[in-house]
Amino acid sequence: MIQRSNPEPFTEHPASSPLTIHDMTVAYHRKPVLWDIDYNAPKGRLVAIVGPNGAGKSTLIKAVLDLIPRASGDVKVFGLSYRNQRSRVGYVPQRESVDWDFPVNALDVVAMGLYRKIGWCRPVTAKYRKIALEALDRVGMAGFARRQISQLSGGQQQRVFLARALVQDADLYLMDEPFTGVDAATERAIVAILRNLRDTGKTALVVHHDLQTVPEYFDHVMLLNMRLVATGPVQEVFTPENLRKTYGGKLALLDRVGHQMTLSGGGQ
Amino acid sequence: MTLAAQWLCGSALLGLPVPSDAAGIVDQFLRVASLRDYNTRVVLLGTTLLGVSAGVVGTFMLLRRRSLMGDVVAHASLPGVALAFIVLEAVSPGMGRSLTALLAGAVLAGFLGILATVAIRRYTRIKEDAALAIVLSVFFGLGIALFTVVQNLPTGNAAGLHHFIYGKAASMVADHVRFIAAASALVLTLCLLFFKEFTVLAFDEQYAAAQGWPVLRLDVLLLALVVGVTVIGLQSVGLLLVVAMLIIPAAAARFWTDRLGWMTMVSGLLGGLGAAAGVAASAIFPRLAAGAVIVLASSFFFLVSMLFGIRRGVLVQAFALRRSRRRVGRHDLLRAMYENVESSVETDGSPEGLDLTAQPVAFDRLLATRSWSAARVRRLLAAAQREGLVTGNASSGYRLTARGAADARRVVRNHRLWEMYLITYADVATSHIDRDADEIEYVLDPDLVAELETALSRRRADLAMPASPHAIQEDSACHG
Repeated sequence: MIQRSNPEPFTEHPASSPLTIHDMTVAYHRKPVLWDIDYNAPKGRLVAIVGPNGAGKSTLIKAVLDLIPRASGDVKVFGLSYRNQRSRVGYVPQRESVDWDFPVNALDVVAMGLYRKIGWCRPVTAKYRKIALEALDRVGMAGFARRQISQLSGGQQQRVFLARALVQDADLYLMDEPFTGVDAATERAIVAILRNLRDTGKTALVVHHDLQTVPEYFDHVMLLNMRLVATGPVQEVFTPENLRKTYGGKLALLDRVGHQMTLSGGGQ
Repeated sequence: MTLAAQWLCGSALLGLPVPSDAAGIVDQFLRVASLRDYNTRVVLLGTTLLGVSAGVVGTFMLLRRRSLMGDVVAHASLPGVALAFIVLEAVSPGMGRSLTALLAGAVLAGFLGILATVAIRRYTRIKEDAALAIVLSVFFGLGIALFTVVQNLPTGNAAGLHHFIYGKAASMVADHVRFIAAASALVLTLCLLFFKEFTVLAFDEQYAAAQGWPVLRLDVLLLALVVGVTVIGLQSVGLLLVVAMLIIPAAAARFWTDRLGWMTMVSGLLGGLGAAAGVAASAIFPRLAAGAVIVLASSFFFLVSMLFGIRRGVLVQAFALRRSRRRVGRHDLLRAMYENVESSVETDGSPEGLDLTAQPVAFDRLLATRSWSAARVRRLLAAAQREGLVTGNASSGYRLTARGAADARRVVRNHRLWEMYLITYADVATSHIDRDADEIEYVLDPDLVAELETALSRRRADLAMPASPHAIQEDSACHG
């Protein structure tokens, strides 16, 4: 049932794969929401994570980041467990996950991406503020550095979140719906940044809702609906057949079960 | 003996004579203001320090949406105090008055209260507010029950315990103040050291966890600070009111600033001021309980902040609303003028080719443009004339001045670009559409504005006339 792409010529030893998920199962309140996920992220590629609501897309990212416990399976980031590779992973959570009325400005939020580097109990010095400002500039937001974050548009807030991840200069980026509710300019800015990341050998896994733009924006796709439906290069895997398997239509038995579980509140 | 009687007896404050007339009050005021009495100094200093640290810690609790946690800690500490007393009296009668032991009991019970809240929230489906209410009332009920037991103990003399409920700042002695000072210094130092960590914890807990910050331990540290402040506060303001010292200054500070660093400082300042004002007032009017006056003084500062706060105070917002209404009215009028001129003059279709100042617009035409009442049009025109945007009168019609024309061009351009934006990107979330912005460029990116302009001029060329949904149709014939 799970399709895999042919091994690509530049595929390295699995130990250096940006992200290896092995046999991962995640459960909320004893109900599994992700089953037996096996995945090897290709290096230097943009990967769309696609699937219906409640398919476990955010759950997958959070489980990789140790934010929610895994019922079984393990995750390796560049061959090591995530706790040893945190600085190499940039995380862009959903925009709705925070209170944008919080009394900080755009630069403050971006600087949070540097907090680990700055270290315990040390203040954010001018040197780090400069790095944060550069990251804001990369997302075209340098002019908004001093704006209180509630006074930014949705797209601008999203770009601030993106800058907070970029400032880390990570090798693997996990982004949870960065394109949701943003204006066209922001969408273009994000796409440009993603391509720039790819061109510099970075890898990004992006939860994405707009099926139409998947082939245009991404190289690889991961079709997810509580289990891995298919994964591989877009042109091979992003097929109507696979999308049907992911989104239902003629439901396979597993889909029906999965759908039931989503209805009963097991979904994320 | 009732609690109230206890409390009233206890409020013969600071060992000062009770003033009986106006002169006495003035004299008392001078004594307090000049800090002549050692006792006044001690109590004032201790309580102010407490106020400052409560304000600082409270800022993080407020932002972490844990405002009521301080209340839980305070109420939960009551059975701790009572049990500590009972145990100590059982071990060695007479020991029960040891403040250190009682406070230790309060700390332990306060932590238990927090644990209970967290456990209920985590392991049951009961929501946070219900968990708080349950823990708070159960612990308080237990405390009251234990107090009854204490009062019936043969060893007796449990009188001082009631001060934990209502507080009694006056009973502070230099030792207490030293203790409070040390504790406050510790609390403030920790807040300063972990400022960055508490910030990310309060703003985005999941991100903090993903970054590898020990979120649970930071949370425990923050709650420990709350327990510390609460337990110190029990003595002076009492457990019923200590939550006010944690939350009110922080909530007030938010009206003044949009930066967390400033908010923390303002909150500490307001907390200290409120505490000092409360103690001073209760020293001048000895029948007033310090705890209650501290809360009232803080509430006064809150009220002032709510009204006059420069960031989100009510007045600032009302002023902004008024200004925005005026601007909308002005913009509507300018646009109506523009469109009336535009529809009655032959142009090459470019806005630059339109001489807006030459053509007068009749009052009735303006009236017909929108669903305005005649009175409203008159008001708008009068305002625009005061601002030098429009000249003329009812008989000869109204004309835009040079300044009015420039403004009208800008307003119409923004309006049409926004409309183009809505048409082009109708599927986008509308939250970032700000038609009120002076320039569309403040809200949208320059390249997007350029794209809209292209689209607009293309559409205008298609229609061979400046298109606006509000264009006056009756005059469109002249554009042939």
